[in-house]
Amino acid sequence: MKLLKLVPDNTNIGFVAIRKWAFALTALLTVLAIGATAYKGLNLGVDFVGGLMIEAKFPQAVETDRVRATIGRLGVGESSLQQFGDPKTVQIRLPLPEQGGAGAANAVVEKTRNAMTAQFPGVTFSRYDTVSGKVSGELIQNGILAVVLAVVGIAIFSWLRYEWQFGVSTFVAIMHDVLMTLGFFAITQLEFDLNIVAAVLTIVGYSINDKMVIDDRIRENMRKYRKMDMKALIDLSVNETLPRTVMTSLTILLALGSLLLFGGHVLRGFTAAMMLGVIVGTYSSIYVSSSLLISLGLTPQASEKKAAKAGLAAQAERVGPRDDGARP
Amino acid sequence: MLNFSRWAIAAILLPLLIGVLCAVPSFLPDATVAKLPGFMQTRVNLGLDLAGGSHLLLEASTQDVAKQRLVNMEEQVRTELRRGDPRIAIGDISSRDGKLSFMVRDPAQVDAAVERIRPLTQGAGLTGQRDFNVEVVNSSTVVITPTDAGIDNAVKSAMEVATEVIRKRIDEMGTREPTIQQQGDNRIVVQVPGLQDPKALKDLLGQTAKLEFKLVDTTANPSEVAQGRAPVGSEVLPYPANPSGVPAIAVKRQVMVSGEDLTDATQGYDQNNQAIVNIRFNGSGGRKFGQVTSQNVNRPFAIILDGRVLSAPNINEPILGGSAQIAGSFTVESANQLAIALRSGKLPVALTVVEERTVGPGLGADSIRAGLIASIIAVVAVAAFMFVSYGRFGVYANIAVAINVLVILGVMGILGATLTLPGIAGFVLTIGTAVDANVLIYERIREERRRGRNVVQAIEHGYKEASRTIFEANVTHAIAGGIMLALGSGPVKGFAIVLLIGIATSVFTAVTFTRLLASRWVRAKRPTEITI
Repeated sequence: MKLLKLVPDNTNIGFVAIRKWAFALTALLTVLAIGATAYKGLNLGVDFVGGLMIEAKFPQAVETDRVRATIGRLGVGESSLQQFGDPKTVQIRLPLPEQGGAGAANAVVEKTRNAMTAQFPGVTFSRYDTVSGKVSGELIQNGILAVVLAVVGIAIFSWLRYEWQFGVSTFVAIMHDVLMTLGFFAITQLEFDLNIVAAVLTIVGYSINDKMVIDDRIRENMRKYRKMDMKALIDLSVNETLPRTVMTSLTILLALGSLLLFGGHVLRGFTAAMMLGVIVGTYSSIYVSSSLLISLGLTPQASEKKAAKAGLAAQAERVGPRDDGARP
Repeated sequence: MLNFSRWAIAAILLPLLIGVLCAVPSFLPDATVAKLPGFMQTRVNLGLDLAGGSHLLLEASTQDVAKQRLVNMEEQVRTELRRGDPRIAIGDISSRDGKLSFMVRDPAQVDAAVERIRPLTQGAGLTGQRDFNVEVVNSSTVVITPTDAGIDNAVKSAMEVATEVIRKRIDEMGTREPTIQQQGDNRIVVQVPGLQDPKALKDLLGQTAKLEFKLVDTTANPSEVAQGRAPVGSEVLPYPANPSGVPAIAVKRQVMVSGEDLTDATQGYDQNNQAIVNIRFNGSGGRKFGQVTSQNVNRPFAIILDGRVLSAPNINEPILGGSAQIAGSFTVESANQLAIALRSGKLPVALTVVEERTVGPGLGADSIRAGLIASIIAVVAVAAFMFVSYGRFGVYANIAVAINVLVILGVMGILGATLTLPGIAGFVLTIGTAVDANVLIYERIREERRRGRNVVQAIEHGYKEASRTIFEANVTHAIAGGIMLALGSGPVKGFAIVLLIGIATSVFTAVTFTRLLASRWVRAKRPTEITI
């Protein structure tokens, strides 16, 4: 049987040669992402700004303008409506009444329900969330804290495991991934809610996974080819791991693609973020973190020194699993 | 590397077998699972976003607790000093800035007053602190300041009681498997699956249900009452249904009987077929009620709920039987709710809903269906892709992924973890990443073959070298997952649980289980060439 090989044997693409161009592109995209986030802002869901979110399901397709008009007459504040693919489902967002606490929020839901039922018989509220300003403030704080801790924690891990250059390059690459995701949400104005924080953290996790594989190979090759030029060494490592990079990102994109198409509308934003993250994360493994290692002055000799400093135990651990006789 | 002892094989297969077996109950109907022995009832719980239901986050105001404590302290001080022997005259009682202060009229009695108040305070915390500090300012003013430790203690015990009361109330509603948990210092999470309309639940939880019976102060001047002023020893309370038209009434401060003396409360009807609540007092409550009503025939008394007067009926004759009726323009539903609230006791502190998430059962079912379809398609697509890429080894990886999916479900069942909608996404993603470990190994084997190693050596090296990479990559991945689990709320947590379990099981199945399959094949066939 002839097996599928997406990346032919002995592929040798000169990734590093065009790294200057890649840096420029990366910088440009990152500035765009930051600009979009700052200028357009994120479409934050009720999780993060507080308020009321009602998802209404109509027996037949409905025009959002009519729904908007119906709610506008109630005097419950300015509503914002959104539809996802399905013309029978409308998501309605309302501000939380400033006074009266839980009872008032209930009253708004009831009022909306009554008016909607009168106008559109057969409508049901398939879900609704009310989040007070206090809770939403905490959720946003926790979300930011989680992302920051994850990025910092992972950077520290790779700094302790390898040379400091790996820690720095990983940190920069992950920040790049996070910023790109934010930019994506700012430009598309897809709703940014709690689930998206999970998506961002997963992107961070996936991206780091990908970088670790390449970093691990770079480290292995640094020991193997002590005299090799760093640029050639990184090209070699990236090319060696390329089949795996392509295979894995494709399988994950396959899985996510089926989730995007068949997983229902609630998860759509989440899945879109992850798909983007897989692409961005794979790109940044090659062009941000690996290429940055050269700029940061990592050399095989530097790696030697660190190994010597770390003492015999570390040496043994690093060399231990290798069979020296098998080196080509 | 490729030689497995009998014990090693058992050590690999046994946990997988247990994991798979534990996943089985999740696929069986409820009735069948109920017949299984306890340790076999390892089912994955469905989160509210899948099963439908309500999630409420209730918050108590710590300020309210502190304020209430100060009010109680003031009551105790008055009782102790004014009614004690010898009587100590005090004045200028004020509770401002969270402190209680009063002046002792006779400066000679200041020390005696402090002596009498001290026993009212209690120890708080481990450091020997009291819950209130008592000090004398300007030689005649006594200032009582609550300590932080005291307030913390009070909030803690109030929350414990509140959690219990809420549990009782929800149980009384007859809802299925509610989850009630204290969260943080002053919050309670209530999750009720399968609830169609949480309005009744919220109304019920929003009631403090502090019931008091007090005599109406008939000496009060109605126009003064309308302005909120009451004679000494009385207070003005809101009375929305007052037949006189003024929405307030003056009542004596002293409580005749309170809700703590209730033994039962049920919804019933009066002679006009109006919904009412029948209540029954315990022995001492009944006696007190009988005594006061005997002494005050033909005078009105007020039934007060959460500081609002429900009704103020006249005492036509002494009420001696220990039972009474509460009327107050109820509907059957609201009377029933009040009865439940009274039966379960009053909340020591008012709670407000700060977050609510309700998902209808229809949407939940849709999400499960969509998630299932997406998972199946993802598995089929990934499996096909793996097969055309790695042939026989791809099949090994696919068996590992299939087992992995079941083991994740099994582990979730054992841990009693909850599967949420983002959890399904975590599942699908795990299917994608689970093959990554195998991809790493197989690509390494391909490389080792290209370098000229023979089949056995290439496979051995492939597993050995790739295992290190897999370990490192997954540790970092797990760091992200752990942070999500620690800091995330609701949906993020559900996702993190699946992700973490998935990382652990996929590394195990990918590294050890497929190696076992590969080694058995290599040893049986002794191939000199492999297609990979």
